[in-house]
Amino acid sequence: MPDSGTNTGIGASVRRKEDFRFLTGKGKYTDDLNRPGQAHAYFLLSPHARAKINGIDTNAAKQAPGVVDVFTAADLAADGVSGPICGWVVTQKNGEPHKSPAVSALASDRVNYVGEQVAIVVAETLAQAKDAAELIEVNYQPQPALIKMKDALANGAAQLHDDVPGNLCFDWEIGDKAATDAAFKKAHHVTKIDIHNNRLIPNAIEPRAAIGDYDSGMDMMTLYTTSQNPHVARLVLAAFMGLGPENKLRVVAPDVGGGFGSKIYVYRDEIVTLWAAKKLGRPVKWTAERSASFLTDAHGRDHDTHAELAVDKDGTFLGLRVSTLANVGAHNQIFSTATPSYLYGCLLAGQYRTPAVYGEVKTVFTNTAPVDAYRGAGRPEATFVVERLVEKTAKEMGIDRAELRRRNFIPPDQFPYQSPCLVQYDSGDFPHLLDRAMEVIDYAGFSARKQASAERGKLRGIGLSCWIEACGLAPSAVVGFLGGGVGQWESANIKFNPTGSVTLYTGSHSHGQGHETVFAQIISEHLGVPVESVEVVHGDTAVVPFGMGTYGSRSGPVGGGAVYKAAQKIVEKGRKIAAHLLEASVEDIEYAGGTYSVAGTDRTKTMAEIAFAAYVPHNYPLDVLEPGLDETAFFDPMNFTFPSGAYFAEVEVDPDTGVVTVLDMVGIDDVGTVMNPMIVAGQLHGGFAQGIGQALYEQCVYDENGQLLTGSLMDYCMPRADHFPSFRTEETNQPCPHNPLGVKGCGEAGAIGSPVAMLNAVIDAIGVNIDMPATPEKVWRALQSQAQAAE
Amino acid sequence: MNLSGEHRIEAPRDQVWAALNDPDILKQAIPGCEQIEKTSDTELTATVKAKVGPVSAKFSGVVRLSDLDPPHGYTISGEGKGGAAGFAKGGAKVRLEEDGAATILHYEVNAQVGGKLAQIGSRLIDGTARKLSGEFFDNFAAAVAGPQPTAEPEQPPVPAVTKKAGPGLPQAVWVTAVIIIVLALLAIFALK
Repeated sequence: MPDSGTNTGIGASVRRKEDFRFLTGKGKYTDDLNRPGQAHAYFLLSPHARAKINGIDTNAAKQAPGVVDVFTAADLAADGVSGPICGWVVTQKNGEPHKSPAVSALASDRVNYVGEQVAIVVAETLAQAKDAAELIEVNYQPQPALIKMKDALANGAAQLHDDVPGNLCFDWEIGDKAATDAAFKKAHHVTKIDIHNNRLIPNAIEPRAAIGDYDSGMDMMTLYTTSQNPHVARLVLAAFMGLGPENKLRVVAPDVGGGFGSKIYVYRDEIVTLWAAKKLGRPVKWTAERSASFLTDAHGRDHDTHAELAVDKDGTFLGLRVSTLANVGAHNQIFSTATPSYLYGCLLAGQYRTPAVYGEVKTVFTNTAPVDAYRGAGRPEATFVVERLVEKTAKEMGIDRAELRRRNFIPPDQFPYQSPCLVQYDSGDFPHLLDRAMEVIDYAGFSARKQASAERGKLRGIGLSCWIEACGLAPSAVVGFLGGGVGQWESANIKFNPTGSVTLYTGSHSHGQGHETVFAQIISEHLGVPVESVEVVHGDTAVVPFGMGTYGSRSGPVGGGAVYKAAQKIVEKGRKIAAHLLEASVEDIEYAGGTYSVAGTDRTKTMAEIAFAAYVPHNYPLDVLEPGLDETAFFDPMNFTFPSGAYFAEVEVDPDTGVVTVLDMVGIDDVGTVMNPMIVAGQLHGGFAQGIGQALYEQCVYDENGQLLTGSLMDYCMPRADHFPSFRTEETNQPCPHNPLGVKGCGEAGAIGSPVAMLNAVIDAIGVNIDMPATPEKVWRALQSQAQAAE
Repeated sequence: MNLSGEHRIEAPRDQVWAALNDPDILKQAIPGCEQIEKTSDTELTATVKAKVGPVSAKFSGVVRLSDLDPPHGYTISGEGKGGAAGFAKGGAKVRLEEDGAATILHYEVNAQVGGKLAQIGSRLIDGTARKLSGEFFDNFAAAVAGPQPTAEPEQPPVPAVTKKAGPGLPQAVWVTAVIIIVLALLAIFALK
């Protein structure tokens, strides 16, 4: 596929350029940075899930050794600084916008979750700041907390926010209710499920951090922070939080150790740290402790769903009905309304041609940490509903799980396919994905393997999920139509240096994905420069022209598309320079792999020669062409991308202990053109790890008073390498038809398709429906109750 | 958390009741108690210091009495603040039952902890509370009735959980210390 003749173009498993610094401890994360004269910040967090604040006495803390100052909500309000915002307006069933309570920059007259930031202490050292925080007297008046969604929605329940009646954020619907009701009337069989999508705590390896720095001479504020999207953070801080204007604000997101969605948002700690730096006239540094991350990072998932699938006697799907309660926690954040609505409801048709679908979602405020987008964001929840329902239908109707799916797949010749849930799928070959997955896992041989396990006293199960997602967020017009507050393009700026090397400035942000390698491969492919000669720069609003950041698997499809477009502009300008140097007409200049030639001759100029001529324009068409070889492009595609896949999980359960052992995990993915197979595999493996973590281990638990019981890595079980077999992944390389690189995105895929495949396998093994996570205790209890029922 | 149980004290009920209302005896009995003061007939303040490994911390709280029914029992409730470490609040019903020349003290504690105490320590609390109340009873019985020949051998002073908190985890040690102090207060709640 590479036309450059190099081995570093698109499709090559180029080793990650960034890994040298990461693996040798040379990465520069926010906490590694120090500014001259910096002070240290510590936030006092609420120990109560719901309480009125009748007063805060900071006098003793202000007198404590080393304390520079202590601030509360009143100080920020006086400067017109406000708190986190919601970035997406969801229109409810009744036509009204969702309820989005105003959020102050620090808790003012009440707290609504344990961990809510109440005060900031700035001191010479972190230890002094922490000691002084002990001296702050907050006069809390605790009130009963609303932790469960049904309690928050109950008639007469107390309100978290004065302006949100009934604690209902929105009541939203998608699809055709009348057509769906009609479909159910014709049903031969109706499968019903009530399922819970467990609440997760992200736990990126690097906790959130911020350094605020103010240059009074330039009147310039700088925020170094752990952001997935520094330009968006700058826009939000300037436009909504009163920390602008944008031209006087710089946001730098240096190396960032994982995000998974949790670092999209602008949090209170970051807002207040930046403000405090300006207020005090000296740099202020804050880094979250792991225990604070558990309390304050946006959590993920947390849906309760009732769903029904209507089928005819052959197993053809006639209609799907879904009703979901989604927890948004104490207040909205940037994507907390989009995630359980459009990012969820638009995927409820799955890979199937179910003609009638109706979904309704109520989102609920509770006295828990805010819930927002987390790797997959809505799409794992949709896949979970659809694929649990389909698997259960197969079981209830006695039809093989794969065969039932195959009967209902959207055929490959039906694309583009208009789903009943708003979106138009652009491409896919679902039967092929399933066929190949069945081959790789040896589906036919499963019963023999199950028998062999049984002979050893073990219960073996197999689970399937055939999933589709919409990602590559983009396109701006659609996002805007659906209520999104910003554009969804991406930008790229390619600067050739006079000596032939390239610096690429991208508005995407890499926090582990490997942009520095893959984007260099795009340059290598199209401009004929080896990847070693390409520097990829990202994460600094003062350096990169513009960008929308990294989330929703958008860097490849949208950010990569912008790199491609900028490269094409370079090629076209180079063609004019080459025509001049080669004394030929532009039409006669051919370009391939970094070399221009005059058609039918052996006269050539390399890209390096062109770049030199552009910057040293001694022989150059200055009358018609500007010097320099430096092009910027913005890319805004016409549709989302639609990766899809077929995943099999195979497990063995020890009936004596309830322990689930993952024996095999196979993923056949259509993520479009694969730019770097090694990196794609890595992304999928990471997604599997997180997905299996959700299915088997992870569970955020609040007690009835709103205290977080799973507040440390002792109590919140994260998956480990020894929980997994060697994952087996393959990609089909079917290009996306509407972006120039043909890529569909692979960052979220693994986490979307794997949880339900894994849970289906566990349920297949034990024969009892259970919810995630399938912990040994839950599995053991299910087996015991099954045994008792049989007696 | 909920903690209930009973303890036999080799002394008549009136003597036990009096001891339960005697700040000096309580001070001897509560592990790490530095100060205890009756501020009214129904209110008591206490300061308790606890040392765990290299860390020592001080905890103060207020206890209120209600449903007073001497010498049969009462209900107590209280709240303690541990600064940034969180809070503990709860109540207990205490009932004294005569058993010949001895007294059986029944207690039912219901306590709630919040903040870091709950986040880090929630699953350690029951065991630590049992251990601390055991220590309390041994001390209390000794103060009221003289040394008890049947007393259980004394447990190691540091609960098992603190072994996890090595020198590299000063905060965990500290939080554990606060949990223990809070639980010392809960023992107060249970007994006076």
